[in-house]
Amino acid sequence: MNNTLLEVSGVSVSFDGFKAINSLSIQIAEPELRAIIGPNGAGKTTFMDIITGKTKPDEGKVIWGERNISLLGMSEADIANAGIGRKFQKPTVFEAQTVRQNLAMALKNPRGPLAVLLHRKTPANAARIEAIAEEIGLSASLPRIAGELSHGEKQWLEIGMLLAQEPRLLLVDEPAAGMTVEEREKTTDILKRAAQTRAVVVVEHDMEFVRRLNCKVTVLHEGSVLAEGSLDHVTSNPTVIEVYLGRGHA
Amino acid sequence: MHKTFISQNPSVLWFIGLLGLFTLAVVVGSEATGTGLISTSMVKTLGKTLCLCLIAIAMDVVWGYCGILSLGHFAFFGIGGYAIGMWLMYARTEIIVLGSLEGQVIKPTPQEISDAIGNQIFGVVGSSEFPWLWAFADSLFLQLLMVVLVPGLLALVFGWLAFRSRVTGVYLSILTQAMTLALSLWLFQNDSGLRGNNGLSGLQNIPGYEDTSQAVISLVFFLGSALALACGYILFAWVVSGKMGSVVQGIRDNEARVRFLGYRVEGYKLFIFTLTAVISGIAGALYYPQAGIINPAELAPIASIYLAVWVAIGGRGRLYGAVIGAAFVSLLSSWFTGGGAPAINLGFYTILWTDWWLVLLGVSFVCVTLFFPKGIGGLFDYLVRKPS
Repeated sequence: MNNTLLEVSGVSVSFDGFKAINSLSIQIAEPELRAIIGPNGAGKTTFMDIITGKTKPDEGKVIWGERNISLLGMSEADIANAGIGRKFQKPTVFEAQTVRQNLAMALKNPRGPLAVLLHRKTPANAARIEAIAEEIGLSASLPRIAGELSHGEKQWLEIGMLLAQEPRLLLVDEPAAGMTVEEREKTTDILKRAAQTRAVVVVEHDMEFVRRLNCKVTVLHEGSVLAEGSLDHVTSNPTVIEVYLGRGHA
Repeated sequence: MHKTFISQNPSVLWFIGLLGLFTLAVVVGSEATGTGLISTSMVKTLGKTLCLCLIAIAMDVVWGYCGILSLGHFAFFGIGGYAIGMWLMYARTEIIVLGSLEGQVIKPTPQEISDAIGNQIFGVVGSSEFPWLWAFADSLFLQLLMVVLVPGLLALVFGWLAFRSRVTGVYLSILTQAMTLALSLWLFQNDSGLRGNNGLSGLQNIPGYEDTSQAVISLVFFLGSALALACGYILFAWVVSGKMGSVVQGIRDNEARVRFLGYRVEGYKLFIFTLTAVISGIAGALYYPQAGIINPAELAPIASIYLAVWVAIGGRGRLYGAVIGAAFVSLLSSWFTGGGAPAINLGFYTILWTDWWLVLLGVSFVCVTLFFPKGIGGLFDYLVRKPS
């Protein structure tokens, strides 16, 4: 692929002797929507930790962008500024602040203390916040305190904060957890639209949700790639069936 | 922009208004300019209280807004006090020494003058040499620069080392506590160059104003403290409002999330830590001329813990809460420990408040933390409903 945005190759990491990631290699193109599935402990969250700089791998390479920059050794903030946004498994928004403040903080703008201290509200920024709120369906909730939002709304706000960062790659960890059926549909739509112009990687447990995303699927197991392809392709793979059914997963 | 700042922070206007009224009342009541209803020592107590309020809002910004529980901010306060104290002591001793040498037939050499001043200041620790620390003590301007530079640089270096290593929570608190303890122990040494446990004294006498009464001097310092508090309040209200406030409170609530948004958390923490340290230094420089004396015990760890207690009782995360806490608790403390509170005779035991005040303070701290986590300032939430 010549439009590869992120290339993870031969990455391994172990915690106290347990190999969480075992020579994992994945390529993500731009734009692309990709789902990563796998049973508990397959290394999905650790994979995200490595890309975003939270965890340093023992070996392997993580290469980013046209200029082939290595993300290893960069700080979390630098990686985020390079264009990688991350949504956590539990919705983590700033609950004491309003929806508008949450989005304003995430908006792509200079991140230095001095620039932030002297920051003025501009109509352009306000318009961007309005547009993102519209996209995630929280226009009416902009002045509300984020802590008052429902679980689903918090998930959307966090996705909105990701969009506000204008990243080239979105890493989304279990966006549908704890959502109702209608909320899931809306979440799928938001992610699909986002993936039209950028790379979106969704880590998910829920097969139904993945089916609705209708995209290429990577199955992780014990820290490495077990199968890759369309959902129907990977679910007909006997090892995948064994890994899932063998653990009591339907 | 200013209009929106005030309209978004109506508490600033309220605070400045109330502080102005209070200042006016003290001016009217003081012995220097008014009716004399308020004694000079009371003016000094009130002026000192304003300085404590200033360091309390600094503490509130670093702890209540940014989530860094610093238990060492009184070190910066003390450094500010020492910095101004050195000039006050040097300049005043110089005037006295020059006065006593005036009548001599042979003009004293500069070395003799210097030795005489050194002897006066350091005789108490058995020395007459000027330590290197006093190199700038003869210049008011340079010592005033030290008031902001030394706390600022110390906070910058300390904070850079601590935040870069991602020391957070209780470990950071212990580190800051160790910093103030180390500083205090060093100052206790006779060869520290700052007169050991004697500290610096006579600071209420301002060189060049020997003929001005303490009533006037104390009122001037009171007004200076009120002005500093007002400016500090506006400065901090500005810093914690707007986008900076968003980021800083975000760091308090979820540091990792702020990092993944692309903000370098260490830089923000360092900025807040250093800024509050500088303001603490200024507060100390205004406090100790009113107290008249500074000694190493002022930098003892317990002082910084009291500071955290004031802010907790007053209400974290709101600037006026810190002011209320500092003023209320410190004035109450001087009332109880100064013998103002009547002893309670239970028949079998007499409660002497000088002994029992600390117990009362401790119990109220526990109660506030458990039952009123928003502190006294939280009561205002019942009065004012925030427009959403």
